[in-house]
Amino acid sequence: MEIFGVPLPALMGQLMLGLVSGSFYAMLSLGLAVIFGMLNIINFAHGALYMAGAFLAWMGLTYWGISYWWSLLLVPLAVGLIGVVIERTMLQWLYKLDHLYGLLLTFGLALVIEGLFRYQYGVSGLPYAIPDELSGALNLGFMFLPKYRAWIIGVSLTVCLATWFIIEKTQLGAYLRAATENPQLTQAFGINVPLMVMLTYGFGVGLAGFAGVLAAPAFQVSPLMGSNLIIVVFAVVVIGGMGSILGSILTGLGLGVIEGLTKVFYAEASSTVVFIIMAIVLLLRPAGLFGKEK
Amino acid sequence: MKTKRIALAVAAALGFGSGMAQAQISDNVVRIGVLTDMSGAYSDLSGAGAVTAAKMAVEDFQAKEKPGFAIEIVSADHQNKGDISSNKAREWFDRDKVDVVTELVTTSTALAVMKVAKEKNKIALISGAASTRITNEDCNDVTVHWTYDTYSVANGTAKAVVKQGGKSWFFLTADYAFGHSLEKDASDVVVANGGKVLGSVRHPFPGTDFSSFLLKAQASGAQVIGLANAGTDTTNSIKQAAEFGITPKQSLAGLLMFITDIHSLGLKTTQTMYLTEGFYWDLNDETRAWSKRFFAHAKKMPTMVQAGEYSAIMHYLKGVKATGSDDTQKVMAWMKKTPVNDFFAKNAAIRQDGRLVHDMYLMQVKKPEESKYPWDYYHVRQTIPAAEAFQPLSASKCPLVKK
Repeated sequence: MEIFGVPLPALMGQLMLGLVSGSFYAMLSLGLAVIFGMLNIINFAHGALYMAGAFLAWMGLTYWGISYWWSLLLVPLAVGLIGVVIERTMLQWLYKLDHLYGLLLTFGLALVIEGLFRYQYGVSGLPYAIPDELSGALNLGFMFLPKYRAWIIGVSLTVCLATWFIIEKTQLGAYLRAATENPQLTQAFGINVPLMVMLTYGFGVGLAGFAGVLAAPAFQVSPLMGSNLIIVVFAVVVIGGMGSILGSILTGLGLGVIEGLTKVFYAEASSTVVFIIMAIVLLLRPAGLFGKEK
Repeated sequence: MKTKRIALAVAAALGFGSGMAQAQISDNVVRIGVLTDMSGAYSDLSGAGAVTAAKMAVEDFQAKEKPGFAIEIVSADHQNKGDISSNKAREWFDRDKVDVVTELVTTSTALAVMKVAKEKNKIALISGAASTRITNEDCNDVTVHWTYDTYSVANGTAKAVVKQGGKSWFFLTADYAFGHSLEKDASDVVVANGGKVLGSVRHPFPGTDFSSFLLKAQASGAQVIGLANAGTDTTNSIKQAAEFGITPKQSLAGLLMFITDIHSLGLKTTQTMYLTEGFYWDLNDETRAWSKRFFAHAKKMPTMVQAGEYSAIMHYLKGVKATGSDDTQKVMAWMKKTPVNDFFAKNAAIRQDGRLVHDMYLMQVKKPEESKYPWDYYHVRQTIPAAEAFQPLSASKCPLVKK
């Protein structure tokens, strides 16, 4: 059976791979959406922190023998801690100013972080082996899916949905949303708003660190890995609607799949298709697919 | 005491003499621009290492030849973008009085700067860029293509792989001038040696995830997947091919690989792959001596691009000294008529089309157990003599070639 001249198994294979890259888009744009939603900061350092996550995993394994599984737990905490330091020392002074200041600061930070890693390790990238438990491939009938790629899809979906659940359905999430809506009033109820904001930023960049650890075995660990991805991820956030949690998850996965399909039919356009969609969405729905008009 | 005074007098006389000759060197300073990728996908194979090589060339030249003119090096990051590099070159030529622009990794930047150099009548010495267009349809009389080109690397590797029985090919190609050129040159070699090309897929440059393209290559059923890309694109392709179980069922041919790529991927992943290089640090005593000095500065062994950068600048500086001038036509004429003899190239000559023809080497990557010391990565399987390594002049599309 063929669809538009492409055999069905090949198409299914590409859809599967689209879901893998979509998982990364979803996880990263989710972090951005959470941060923008709560802090009103356009966090351009996100890609650099994702890269730092991958590097921390590599350093952990190489210098201290920390396994992949421990990295999956420890690295997001470490990156989250870096985030907390950034928030306390720099970002907290910018909340009252225009968005542009936060954007410029985080963009500058991204350049500094990337530059440091590039200086130390060069750009060719460092190898990070797939953990033994996840090496090998699954025979899905239409393709051999490496177990590691299947793992990426599973884990990132779980993490994304858990985040959505916490923010939209729990008491803690309700506090967070209230703190965004009206910080003064929330504070008056005895809730420590600055602490919540700090933890939110830590959590958002922790997600980026987590995605970095997930990416390390799949790609070469390289200082450029973040900047290659971050522009697309911002397009995802814009298409989904700035600050919309569920929107960024669904758009991330959806755009991954669309990109995958583009690679089947016209590979040359695969790096552009996301931006074409962004332009169309902005024309028709300026607030994004899931965003609310203000 | 007396000898010292005589020595001083001789030195003064020499200085005076060379001072006369230098009347033709504009403001008595030769300025060399190193325009390269300092931060992107190709910065390990060229980048800061190329600037190091350029500095070594200048220091060695000054120590050995004691020129009567000063030499300055400027460097800049062209970010692999044609417009940035042509703007920078223009600024260097017009404002900063740069005499020669060198390195220029990434074909698009090289093609852009060559045009500016021609317009301003300055010299471009290209080491890192690969496309054969530089010495064919886009050739000009102020450019020398020094280190290698897509023809020479495709010729060596593709021929070797077809001879080993890899008859059917599928290409994974970086979607810009360089990738297209490499794919075309390799396809020609495959077909000429009795193989066939089943198809190709072009991926955006630079990329990170090549799994989709690799799946297409897998579906083609070709015995050999030719990687017509470079730098991090190649290393990621190779890594992901192993992950998807494509290798070792189908084999990969890295059409343009550098020692930094092998270093980054490790021998376990790359063992037994064929590749063609214009230089290897461990070829002979001379290359080892130079490379160890390079290593002391850069903390890694040189790529052919970096070694070629040194060689090109050294030849240029000798030309300036010999002609006593930094006039583009005079120096180019000297460079073209004088053979290049250094650790990088032996009895190599620059042809009318601007191509430096020198020996190339077909390498096979060692197995991990065969590697005895750091950076011991290659078996030299064949020295491809200069006369065969590059596209013959008879096939040239360069208007400068008189047929």
